[in-house]
Amino acid sequence: MLLLLLAIILAMGGVMALNRAFTPEYGLDLAGGTTVTLQAVPPNGTAPTEESLDLAVGIIRNRVNGSGISDAEVAKSGDNIVISVPGVGQEEVVKLVGTTAELRFRQVMAVAAGAPEPPGQMPTQAPSPSTSPSASPSSPGKKGARTPSPSASPAAEGAKTPAPTATAAASPSASPAGRALSAALTNPSPAATPTTAASDKPAKSDSGAKPGKSASPSAQPSQSAVPTVPPTAPADDPMANVDPTGIDPAVLKQFEALDCSKDKGQGAQDDPNKQFAGCSQDGSAKYVLDKAAVIGSSIASATAGVDQTTGEWLVQLSFKGQGPDQWSKVTTTAFNSQPPRNQVAMVLDGVVISAPVIQEPITGGRAQISGNFNQVTANELASQLKFGALPLKFEKSSIDEVSSTLGADQLRGGMIAGGIGLALVVIYSMLYYRGLGAVSVLSLLVASILTYQAVVLLGALAGFRLSLPHIIGLIVSIGITADSFIVYFERIRDEMKEGRRSLRTAVEVAWTRARRTILIADAVMFIAAIVLFFLAVGGVAGFAFAMGLTTLIDIAVVFLFTKPFVALLAKRKFFAKGHKLSGLDAERMSSTVPAGSKTVPQEA
Amino acid sequence: MSGIARRLYRGEVDVDFVGRRKLWYSLSAVLLLVSIAGLVLNGGLNLGVEFKGGSVFSFKAPAAQIENVRGTFNDAGAHQVIVQTTNNGWRVTTESLSPEAVTNVQKAVAQKYSLPQNQVNLQVIGASWGGQVADKAVTGLIVFMLAIILYLTVAFEWKMALAAVVALFHDLVITAGVYAWSQFEVTPATLLGFLTILGYSLYDAVVVFDMIKEVTAKLGTTSKMTYTQAANNALNHTLIRSLNTTLVAILPVAAILFIGTTLFGAGTLKDLSLALFVGMIVGTYSSLCVATPMLVTLKEREPRYQAIARRLAAQSGGKVVGTKAARQPVPAGASNGSAPDVEKRKKK
Repeated sequence: MLLLLLAIILAMGGVMALNRAFTPEYGLDLAGGTTVTLQAVPPNGTAPTEESLDLAVGIIRNRVNGSGISDAEVAKSGDNIVISVPGVGQEEVVKLVGTTAELRFRQVMAVAAGAPEPPGQMPTQAPSPSTSPSASPSSPGKKGARTPSPSASPAAEGAKTPAPTATAAASPSASPAGRALSAALTNPSPAATPTTAASDKPAKSDSGAKPGKSASPSAQPSQSAVPTVPPTAPADDPMANVDPTGIDPAVLKQFEALDCSKDKGQGAQDDPNKQFAGCSQDGSAKYVLDKAAVIGSSIASATAGVDQTTGEWLVQLSFKGQGPDQWSKVTTTAFNSQPPRNQVAMVLDGVVISAPVIQEPITGGRAQISGNFNQVTANELASQLKFGALPLKFEKSSIDEVSSTLGADQLRGGMIAGGIGLALVVIYSMLYYRGLGAVSVLSLLVASILTYQAVVLLGALAGFRLSLPHIIGLIVSIGITADSFIVYFERIRDEMKEGRRSLRTAVEVAWTRARRTILIADAVMFIAAIVLFFLAVGGVAGFAFAMGLTTLIDIAVVFLFTKPFVALLAKRKFFAKGHKLSGLDAERMSSTVPAGSKTVPQEA
Repeated sequence: MSGIARRLYRGEVDVDFVGRRKLWYSLSAVLLLVSIAGLVLNGGLNLGVEFKGGSVFSFKAPAAQIENVRGTFNDAGAHQVIVQTTNNGWRVTTESLSPEAVTNVQKAVAQKYSLPQNQVNLQVIGASWGGQVADKAVTGLIVFMLAIILYLTVAFEWKMALAAVVALFHDLVITAGVYAWSQFEVTPATLLGFLTILGYSLYDAVVVFDMIKEVTAKLGTTSKMTYTQAANNALNHTLIRSLNTTLVAILPVAAILFIGTTLFGAGTLKDLSLALFVGMIVGTYSSLCVATPMLVTLKEREPRYQAIARRLAAQSGGKVVGTKAARQPVPAGASNGSAPDVEKRKKK
């Protein structure tokens, strides 16, 4: 037992060393932080409503403090929202949480190059449909690379001189075989074959898109999407390949006028019930998109992950409510349409981040988004999508780095006072329990080490921030930990008082009784911690987390240290014979022999 | 004193907690009334900026010291003052001030640090702990109460669960009352202090109840003790533990309260440690003197314990029933009053 505990402490120490984390991360009140003021941009020139502001505050709070342990604060201030995040240099984080994150899935109706091109730059005019299939899932061999090599990607090359067949063949952007998800949505890959022809000759491209599926269905266990058909249209007339059927003339006009090199329409608030003209992320393509088929509020969960085969970061989604149905419907429609209408675009805050070709209707309510993410951006998008879109658009109006809310004097005073208090506890237990007091002091020391290690590790790995209430809570929990020993020691003394048992038996018998009490009482604390952690938000959740942590540490210390240690001591003569200083001497416990009252502390 | 201490140490005490329940009930009733009166008369708690929102002043005064800044604001009529430095100078948060008070503060600050008055900027800030945070905390507490009642009902029985939760409310109301009367500021830190009390109070009650359950489990038709007596024995038995635990938990808090009050005068430390100090004392008191007597009142209504009480009363001359029987210490021979002893004798 003692060895196990030692192993735990050493292991935690090792992890601390690996993470180079030796001090806890402090909360706002102790370390100060970064305060950012976001100003709401009213949608139609009208002031934002209270409800939408409250909703936004809730969503932003979830984004910065979803786990409840980061000690970040979000407050409303007139029409502004003030976000405070502990630690300096957090501007990026705070800025990112203020983006709207409105995600919509829309069927693509038309595609064109993002910016007008100089005449004479003629992209390949005859992109044979056969190229498409070769770049698509039908190539059974290499399923890995879903994204074109970086050099072949976005703007410069992609938009102007779409690298034709060669590139496409070189990086067959099929979805990886054996993908478990029912949807693999890929990034537009501008480097792939130009589709001009595809739009021109629907019949052919139709046959071009389908072989991918029919040729090697077994190699395609998951219906996945092929890389986007490239947005590049012939430069002489970008509109030549647009089939206006079903497109609102007004939107078509916007589409014609849209120049993605100037304005990508970042943050534009697209109306989900209307068609919409928008740009791709890199500005290399522009799209006419149908009414939103699935909206962000249908997202049940979003997690960031790495593609097993390509190592590329992506965001995986699952839908809820009507989401799965809507998603399956739009993918079916797209699948049965002619290019470019066989693509479904994912539009985030008015920007197309990905517009994969649908290879097969996707049922099961799952999808994934890829699009030049790294770990940070993928996680960020996932948390934005998970906690929903902000009902308002925000601009940041000020960023301040602020010092701690507690004066350094307060903190120092608290530390000194805590130290004095703990010293008193040590003195008291030594006086009262003598030899056993040493056991309890050692146990408290072990508990303190474990707590410190846990706090440091959680700070480094899970973003746990220690604030003053946490520290006071930890000090109080030391009292509760001490209670576990006291319950146990009193039991031992009970057994000893009867005088019929040896110390070694008494230690064991008392343990079985004390153990039950300790477990029941700690369970109460733990239930409190769990309920508050999951139901409350902000500081309350963080505090509950600390409370649950110390309860677990209490149990670990009593089971792994105190009990085995006492059992070990019981074998020593000093204790077994009931030496005066052991705290177990029969004389002081029994009522028959008068004891020296001078030695007894006056705790009453 | 030393005599009491010695007897406590040896577990020889025999205080009739349960028998004096009327005294405890009256005491608690008075405390509760005073607390509620405090809450009503003083218009509730003195909630901090975090709950109510407030005013934020920002200005530049590179030479100023944090103590000076705080003092200037206090003198100008602001009570809840949080001073921070930013990369842009000072940022001082106060409670919501009236326009006149704002002008006062701005004048005072401008004068003190030789600034033009318009360079003391004012911003109104909303509650960072208002609305949703508070709502969710309340939801959490309600669910928590239900979960605890359920858990204690399974681990013990519903009567114990009820008694423990009543004691819990008792502790929280009295602690809140202390805040109402003292008008100490209730900050998020204080609120978390309340939560700590909540955990502590339940924890203490559970330890006591566990002992009561153990002692009373052996009560049968032939036993020599009423439920009241058995419960009282159990209480005395855990008395040392209760006192020791409270002392160990309260020493650090008392130190923080002492230093927070005497050396600093105001601030988070004082606000938080007061809640804990009061809450822990009341929590220990309520486990012994509120939760247990209440449990006994509930249990003595059960036919089987009534039967024991009647039988014992008849034996001792029809003199006593229930509570009064408890006044008589444990039957002769069990001078240390320890309940397990009683059980052992029974077995032989």
